[in-house]
Amino acid sequence: MTTLEIKNLHVSVETDQGSKQILRGVDLTIKSGEIHAVMGPNGSGKSTLAYSVAGHPKYEVTDGQILLDGEDVLEMSVDERARAGLFLAMQYPVEIPGVSVSNFLRTAKTALSGEAPKLREWVGDLRDAMGNLRMDSDFTERNVNEGFSGGEKKRHEILQLELLKPKIAILDETDSGLDVDALKVVSEGVNRAHADNGLGVLLITHYTRILRYIKPDFVHVFVAGKVAEQGGAELAERLENEGYDRYTKAAV
Amino acid sequence: MAAQHGLEAHSHGNVPIQTRSERPRSTSVSDFPELSNRQEIWRYVPLDKLSGLDKEVMGELTESEVTAELASGTSMRWVDSTDPLVGSAGLPEERVSAAAWTNASKTLVIEVEAESETTDASFLKIAPNTAEAKALHVVVSVGNHAKATIALDHLGQGVLGENVEIVLGDGAQLNFVTLQEWESGSTHVSTQFSKLGRDSSLKHVVVTMGGDLVRVVPAVSLSSAGAEVNMYGVYLAGSGNYFEHRPYVDHIAENCVSNVAYKGALQGAGAHTVWVGDVLIRESAVGTSTYELNRNLLLTDGARADSVPNLEIETGKIEGAGHASASGRFDDEQLFYLMSRGIDEDQAKKLVVRGFLSEVIQKIGIESIEQRLISAIEAELEKAGA
Ligand SMILES: Nc1ncnc2c1ncn2[C@@H]1O[C@H](COP(=O)(O)OP(=O)(O)OP(=O)(O)O)[C@@H](O)[C@H]1O
Ligand SMILES: [Mg+2]
Repeated sequence: MTTLEIKNLHVSVETDQGSKQILRGVDLTIKSGEIHAVMGPNGSGKSTLAYSVAGHPKYEVTDGQILLDGEDVLEMSVDERARAGLFLAMQYPVEIPGVSVSNFLRTAKTALSGEAPKLREWVGDLRDAMGNLRMDSDFTERNVNEGFSGGEKKRHEILQLELLKPKIAILDETDSGLDVDALKVVSEGVNRAHADNGLGVLLITHYTRILRYIKPDFVHVFVAGKVAEQGGAELAERLENEGYDRYTKAAV
Repeated sequence: MAAQHGLEAHSHGNVPIQTRSERPRSTSVSDFPELSNRQEIWRYVPLDKLSGLDKEVMGELTESEVTAELASGTSMRWVDSTDPLVGSAGLPEERVSAAAWTNASKTLVIEVEAESETTDASFLKIAPNTAEAKALHVVVSVGNHAKATIALDHLGQGVLGENVEIVLGDGAQLNFVTLQEWESGSTHVSTQFSKLGRDSSLKHVVVTMGGDLVRVVPAVSLSSAGAEVNMYGVYLAGSGNYFEHRPYVDHIAENCVSNVAYKGALQGAGAHTVWVGDVLIRESAVGTSTYELNRNLLLTDGARADSVPNLEIETGKIEGAGHASASGRFDDEQLFYLMSRGIDEDQAKKLVVRGFLSEVIQKIGIESIEQRLISAIEAELEKAGA
């Protein structure tokens, strides 16, 4: 059983006009096996929250805490956080020229488990995971995210989620830019990781569409850098119908 | 026809390449002025590190300092430099090349028999192991329709002024590699002239990993129709290294193809690399296709990469011509992505640098050199803990 606690998190970024505060006291707790959806308007700070948990150097935590089973995540480097069991499926995964998917995945797996995976087993796992996500086998010879379509990038993120087996995953708009078929395939991947490894999920999205395939236990409305309201799956339906007007007006 | 954009933008401040083709050629040192940073071709070079290579008199490399491992169909011999083979691909255009030329009384000839074909590489180790300035002249001659791979490996400590002539017969295919793996305290200026026969194809690879001052100037003259040249370069410069590469392609005949791609990584204070890529497409070079590229990755502060592509086109009747040049810092987003998957910073950097250089490394086509290069890169990154 793993617990990720985000407490009173305040985060700023450095801009040309000086420091800009984006997160203003976020409180969230995610446990193994739970699925949390975070919904909110553009620019409300959802990606900032995701990056801050993963430890992106651009974001400065000015107040608050992030704890993983009581351990201070803010003290950990980016790779230590991953090795502690955190995973971020990125909204815009970056290209890494000259580094093949196969080399990348094997290096990551080795780093996370502390030893190189047994070749035969690894090849099998990789083939199965790619088959499940309907990815061509020659995909592994391509360079990481280079020339990938939007859908391929997202499948590649979920492929990593399934192979690297984290304890808690943050999925930043994994659904955006996917057609219905791809959305189903990707959702199945998340559901498999959830069912097989007891993954805890924080799912960032704009749309309820994905919530038809991945059933959230909790829904959080994110506005102006903090959680404005929380509820169950029914809250998502309400947001879909009513939008965020109610919250954004209140926040101003 | 592809874009000629950026032509003016890149050419200003430099001597037009066309005048390069009109430079005086001579084997006599006194025909050229003393070196100065005011001359375009020496403008970046730390002249105090030349260690005597611009002097009228110097020693010459002897047979014992060159060891060879030759593939079938390839032979090697030393001849007097009065041999008609000498000078068949080009003549010196500046003082250091002229000094190396006149001081080499013997010439090393590497000959590939016409129509012989092998995938095995011939390796020549050039290891002077002295701080005294020395001259060397090499002629590589590949017979008609022959196919060969030849690597010149420069290592140890040395001060070497070198001219390399490469002559390809009709339909010949040569994979030529020049490696500069000098220890510190070394200076090496290599001027290379290539002349390509009809429908021949040259792959010219430059790998520079060590030396206080290394300057490689490979010129390729495409004077027979249908010839193709691919010029690749990889370099890794650390503190105390000055590496300069000046590839030059002279398109004279019709329907020739040239492709130039150099990539370098720099780390450490004072690491300095210079790349000047000249491509001249003469009026007679109808149907030319050319592309040149140079990219540099700066791993730390205090390193400097100069990159100047020059493309000069005298005919509108070409297939395509383009160039690209960029030097940039380590991409934090790439490191973040890799580290967010549990890969530690050192390893993430290695992956990024290897990936960056691999596009060119993969083109070398000699497995043992590719592997050595990758290990050398890793060792270098390890050393500085970049
Ligand atoms: N590096 C930065 N420099 C300046 N402003 C930034 C930076 N990063 C984020 N911001 C700003 O912070 C705010 C929150 O951005 P963030 O990307 O977290 O929003 P989001 O909720 O993920 O939006 P979206 O739904 O569009 O993905 C935005 O106003 C954004 O412009
Ligand atoms: Mg976002």
